Amino acid sequence: MKIHEYQAKQLLARFGVAVSEGVLVTDAKEAGPAWDQLASPLAVVKAQIHAGGRGKGGGVKLARSREETIQEATRMLGMTLVTHQTGPEGKVVQRVWIEKGSDIARELYLAITIDRASGKPIMMASQEGGVEIEEVAEKTPEKIFKESIEPCLGMQPYQARNLAFKLGLRGKQVSEATKIILGLARCFVECDCALAEINPLIVTEDGGVKALDAKITFDDNAMYRHKDLAELRDLSEEDDKEIEASKYDLNYIALDGNIGCMVNGAGLAMATMDVIKAHGGEPANFLDVGGSVTKEGVVGAFKILLSDKNVQAIMINIFGGIAKCDVIAQGVVDAAKEVDLSVPLVVRLEGTNVQKGRQILEESDIALISATSLDEAARKAVEAAGATR
Amino acid sequence: MSVLIDSNTKVLVQGITGGHGSFHTQQMLAYGTKIVGGVTPGKGGQKEHGVPVFDTVEHCVQETGATVSVIYVPAPFCADAILEAADAGCKLIVTITEHIPVLDMARVKDTLRGRDVRIIGPNCPGIITPTGDNQGCKIGIMPGYIHKPGKIGVVSRSGTLTYEAVWQLTELGLGQSTCIGMGGDPIHGLGHKECIELFNQDPATEGIVMIGEIGGTDEEEAAAYVKAHVKKPVVGFIAGQTAPPGKRMGHAGAIIAGGKGTAAEKIRAMEAAGIHVAKNPSVIGATMREVLG
Repeated sequence: MKIHEYQAKQLLARFGVAVSEGVLVTDAKEAGPAWDQLASPLAVVKAQIHAGGRGKGGGVKLARSREETIQEATRMLGMTLVTHQTGPEGKVVQRVWIEKGSDIARELYLAITIDRASGKPIMMASQEGGVEIEEVAEKTPEKIFKESIEPCLGMQPYQARNLAFKLGLRGKQVSEATKIILGLARCFVECDCALAEINPLIVTEDGGVKALDAKITFDDNAMYRHKDLAELRDLSEEDDKEIEASKYDLNYIALDGNIGCMVNGAGLAMATMDVIKAHGGEPANFLDVGGSVTKEGVVGAFKILLSDKNVQAIMINIFGGIAKCDVIAQGVVDAAKEVDLSVPLVVRLEGTNVQKGRQILEESDIALISATSLDEAARKAVEAAGATR
Repeated sequence: MSVLIDSNTKVLVQGITGGHGSFHTQQMLAYGTKIVGGVTPGKGGQKEHGVPVFDTVEHCVQETGATVSVIYVPAPFCADAILEAADAGCKLIVTITEHIPVLDMARVKDTLRGRDVRIIGPNCPGIITPTGDNQGCKIGIMPGYIHKPGKIGVVSRSGTLTYEAVWQLTELGLGQSTCIGMGGDPIHGLGHKECIELFNQDPATEGIVMIGEIGGTDEEEAAAYVKAHVKKPVVGFIAGQTAPPGKRMGHAGAIIAGGKGTAAEKIRAMEAAGIHVAKNPSVIGATMREVLG
């Protein structure tokens, strides 16, 4: 689960990370009072969307007066911001964060995530802040300093100092940065983050150190023990179909093609997409119905697939393990009663309770194209989608 | 012969009275697995499908001599369950449960590092050694009937895609020595490399199928091992060749992040190691048959 920059900063502040004072604005009328409240000769107006690269798209502007602040907030609220991370359709700005401006002397990078190879969290720091860190990692990996964190012990102060000195900090900056680094590490662990990033971490002209921008993603699997953080979710930032899918515990990701896929298991769902593509087709989505799927879940999945207007055929590929073929089959039959099945349906069932599942489908009066192998199912789905078009 | 488990392996089930635990205990028993006990705190003394239930893993191991635990308990209680099994002396712990917080697994792995215990999973189908005549050992949730005793070792990050590959092998008459589903989470127990190492040392395994997916570097590490040590034929497949970057494809571990973990990179590493990579998931079995000649 992603959160906005302002939410990330407010959370980090609770862990002792220095951030600038700011005000959230959802209506341009609030921009003037925000300027007054900050009482600073310089403000920064920042569009809040769940994507990076906002500056280049006009989503981050400096304001040197009350009028400029109002002007920028008015311009940003409601605008469609397109960045390299939003896709060409962009995202509508509904919230703007106005904060005190900072005099930047240096821009640094700080982030913590899980290092899969070691199975431990890893803190990364670089003097090359404010830029695309992937590029730094690719071209000059020696410029990224790392400290591996013992999961049962947490980050140690010496590790934070190591990074602070490698960042070229001196004097009281070292203790300020150490506090930020340890706070970031504590936030990562205590809030079950998947990624917590401060980019840039800045050194100000007067020698202070603080987080100028922050990005936090939480581990979805741990949200059950963080009810307070779960409330930070902004549904308007997410795809409607993906939200609907999450209600049924389905994993759905929208894609550009015309063959709707319903599969159990993430690996098989990816492989199904791959084999559709190998037959010259294009998948309309990734959909893993999971192992504990219910009939209601299957009906929900059907509605989501059919709500995508590009879908010209549906391919169901189920290899029952923990998921049972009869449950899926009953869900398909129930769904067909509830929704108008206007496109061809290719079904391939195998695995746990497959005989019962096939029987349920045979005894129903749904028009479907059955297939016995993955390859046959994909080929038939591609043909069917072509025929519909 | 087989790896890790055989028809004599004594297995206990944690979460045996839960929905999934109970259903799959029945399935495992029907396949021939020696399920000697189950654990559900507070339900000790009961029986589930004729299997005695204990309050603690420690008690269960003392009474039954189980060496392997399979875990079906809900995700919030899994880290605790794994550590309990390890402390009770289980040598192999198979965690089926999905949605375990990644930091829980980080702490579990850290705690068990250097100990004489192997973990499979979490978020996996389990491990199976088919032996035939209801004498096999199935520890997990995979449908038993698709397997056939034989000489191919299978290791995979995916559940249902493993079934797909196994089914193809079986249909072509290629049975399996042991199949291991290692799970789709970013932090997990045995990886491709460790499993291939086991298959390489197993005289009954004559060919190896490895099924990977986008994300992480498990496949690259396995490829390096294969290149240096494995003479047996290895067939591979990587799921997610058409997956968009930055999107988590169902498995927490299946994501192309920062341009890393792409299918193309993995396939390149595998081919360079002499692994026969199936271009299409529907020809994994056929590729193995071809390679075996």
